[in-house]
Amino acid sequence: MPRVLLMVGTKKGAFLLDGDADRRSWSIRGPFCTGFEIRDVTYDPADGSVYAAAASPWFGPAVFRSPDLGETWTHSSAGLTYGEGGPDVTRVWNVTPAHGAVYAGVEPAGLFRSDDKGATWTEMAGLRAHPSRPEWQPGNGGLICHTIIAHPADPGHLWVGISAVGVFETTDGGVTWATRNTGVRADFYPGPAPEFGQCVHKVAMAAGKPATLYQQNHCGMYRTDDSGATWTEITGSLPSDFGFAMGAHPRDPETAWVIPLTTPTEGRFTPDARPAVWRTRDGGASWARHADGLPQADAWVSVLREAMGVDSLEPAGVYFGAQSGQLFASADEGETWMEIEASLPAIASVDVAVVER
Amino acid sequence: MAQLLLPTILTALFPGTPRRIAVEGTTVGQLLAQLDQRVPGIGDRLLVSGPELREHIKVFVDGRQADLATPVSGTSVVHVVTAVSGG
Repeated sequence: MPRVLLMVGTKKGAFLLDGDADRRSWSIRGPFCTGFEIRDVTYDPADGSVYAAAASPWFGPAVFRSPDLGETWTHSSAGLTYGEGGPDVTRVWNVTPAHGAVYAGVEPAGLFRSDDKGATWTEMAGLRAHPSRPEWQPGNGGLICHTIIAHPADPGHLWVGISAVGVFETTDGGVTWATRNTGVRADFYPGPAPEFGQCVHKVAMAAGKPATLYQQNHCGMYRTDDSGATWTEITGSLPSDFGFAMGAHPRDPETAWVIPLTTPTEGRFTPDARPAVWRTRDGGASWARHADGLPQADAWVSVLREAMGVDSLEPAGVYFGAQSGQLFASADEGETWMEIEASLPAIASVDVAVVER
Repeated sequence: MAQLLLPTILTALFPGTPRRIAVEGTTVGQLLAQLDQRVPGIGDRLLVSGPELREHIKVFVDGRQADLATPVSGTSVVHVVTAVSGG
């Protein structure tokens, strides 16, 4: 029987929720990684490891690993450093396993790789060697490498998202990187959009089409069909340019979900204090609002960039968590929703895996 | 040997590590290096490159705030403390 493992990163550690395939009843375990803020929790289907991207105000950055779905944990930051004279790595924002390696995106922005399941790390220095590096500027959350996308077939092909710098792509395993922001607005700059400096919030890959990526940006929603070389705006009827969380369908490349928020000056809330998930079924040509089961009055909910997950069941389950601690689930691709936790610590990340019992 | 007293929140990250450990060394830095030898990885939790103490880790030698260069004796009691932080 498949078991659904919902992985939640919060300001006060990580939580794991176990659900049956019907995704109606859940039991929660945790907190794990006590004393650490968790920005990302993810599952490696290759060996069943669960990884957590962590930072502590006392003990610094770390990547936690559980080999047994949360029963036991180890942690390490060995090698997670820019070395003497470099800035201190303060937080791990993203941990992404792919092709036998594990990648970690950190603050200040950089990318590290582990080939021993997170025990030791080596900087992929080519990213910070990019000629644009002296001009990188932080977003509101800091200068952070928060998104890592791995090509499903080519181990040397990666994309990263850095705020507020933009998207970068490598096709040679991280030796060289190219900016990938053409067509993306940067309304906070005067004049035409620059080569870099765009405030990417999240990137997700379309199922079965690795050249197609969706991007939620500070300044709108975008889609590329050429690996990021050019982006087309698909904000369309969404109620806001702004948002963080995004998910892509596990099988249909034209389906994705976003949670628009009001602008930073308006509070970064769901518009009109009525949370909703917006879904496209046609690659961003149109969007539909879905809120059945979500609170629809006086709910000033904010959802962060990593706080949406999509499972691989049929129909796909969609999940998101709020900074105010509510965790919501949909077992029908976003049509209807239920609150499955009401009072978690501030949620930074939601991810999901389908595992066998 | 100096007596090193570690906070529970730290030892909990390294199962089986006692809160009080006797460690050889003539400075705080040497004590922490010896500690890392005995508990691999614990140094990364306390130190940044340099090395220096992490911003919110404080060390007291016989009741006085110290840094990595502070001398210790065989009878010193060294407290490692997590500063008021977080939120």
